[in-house]
Amino acid sequence: MVNWPLEIVRAVLLTAAVFTFMAVVAAMFGVLLERKVGGWIQSRLGPKHVGPQGLLQTVADTIKLLQKEHIEPRAADRAIFNTAPLVVAVAGLMSWVVIPFGTLGDRVLVVRDLNIGVVFFAAMASLTVVGILAGGFASNNKYALLGGLRSASQMISYELPLAMALIAVAMEAGTLSTVGIVEAQAGWFGSFAFRQFPAFVIFLIAATAEVNRVPFDLPEAESELVAGYFSEYTGMRFALFQLGEYGEMFAMAAMATTLFLGGWKGPVLPGVVWFLLKMYLIVFLLMWVRWTYPRYRLDQLLNLSWKVLLPAGLVWILITGYRVTF
Amino acid sequence: MTALTEYLPVLVHFVLVVGITVALLGAHALLGGRRPTPPKLLPYESGVWPVGSARERIPIRYYVIAMLFILFDIETAFLFPWAVAFRQFGVYAFNAMAVFVGLLGLGLVYAWKRGALEWE
Repeated sequence: MVNWPLEIVRAVLLTAAVFTFMAVVAAMFGVLLERKVGGWIQSRLGPKHVGPQGLLQTVADTIKLLQKEHIEPRAADRAIFNTAPLVVAVAGLMSWVVIPFGTLGDRVLVVRDLNIGVVFFAAMASLTVVGILAGGFASNNKYALLGGLRSASQMISYELPLAMALIAVAMEAGTLSTVGIVEAQAGWFGSFAFRQFPAFVIFLIAATAEVNRVPFDLPEAESELVAGYFSEYTGMRFALFQLGEYGEMFAMAAMATTLFLGGWKGPVLPGVVWFLLKMYLIVFLLMWVRWTYPRYRLDQLLNLSWKVLLPAGLVWILITGYRVTF
Repeated sequence: MTALTEYLPVLVHFVLVVGITVALLGAHALLGGRRPTPPKLLPYESGVWPVGSARERIPIRYYVIAMLFILFDIETAFLFPWAVAFRQFGVYAFNAMAVFVGLLGLGLVYAWKRGALEWE
């Protein structure tokens, strides 16, 4: 017999924990970190006036965006234009359901350890493209349309290598549950970053492309397309696009931690701390890349996915299958 | 455990996520205000008057990419259950999937040779 009220309360508490975690760790500190790292790499200071060391900068930006006017361009498809940012934000936050971010006693802190966790994550990651494409189409703006189209072709192209990397890890671990995958990695050299190194590299590249970050930020290439698919968005809807993007980026980093770096596991320190350390290592890597490399051309981008990563992923799946079977 | 209990936390998470985003949009509608003027509602084209509509026809290569994607995405849909179960079926399962992946690899080579992956 299932105790419904208890189940619901437990789910609400865990989700609330995830949101607090997201708000403090990802949104507030993450956006600031991005700008601080950018400043540091470019020999400037970054934000520093709002709050101690600029810590409240993101809060100030959110309050500013809340007060901005909502503009619907003439001839925009209103219903789609208004809901597109919602899709992106919701998809970006939904992928956090399956990410285990630590342990409390002998319970794993995860909203739900689904037995198809990895598939769920891939599904939510690919849902973003619907919102982005819808936003680009509905704006009735040529830059937005081009951004939306580029983004659609880029994200569906890189979804395949991403799925190949996920499949290779699932084969090695023998399960699709994220908690199960973490538990299949024992010790430093048991982590899949070593045993599944090619999958790790494919995952990192595909994840960078999937969240539209430099060097794969063609959908929002500001020097050619103004801001790409969100050119016409203002105020909170613009903020929701950003929220979805950052939520997705941190989810990708968290997933890389879970699948390849052994998740919350580590000596001495509590699990949550280890998880955060590893996740920020990946996040820092993504930021480092962003402020270092120039942007790809569209044909180079698609070549990399279809002619390099996809065949490599297929071959690696066969190699992993051979190793596990024989 | 039924499917509903398995997915109840996902549902709760979804409701809360939608609630928060809608609340943010509601606050924005209250605080933002709307004072539309005709120039403000023009699509942004670097400050000049927009030419024509943005609802144009789309280059064929985007469709080609989309079709290729669907083929390989269906393949991954088959690979996911296999990835979990293939240990139990031993060599047979590995061989079967090697043939399947090989055929799709041949398909990729064919598409490549026919120029489906060329962008110029």
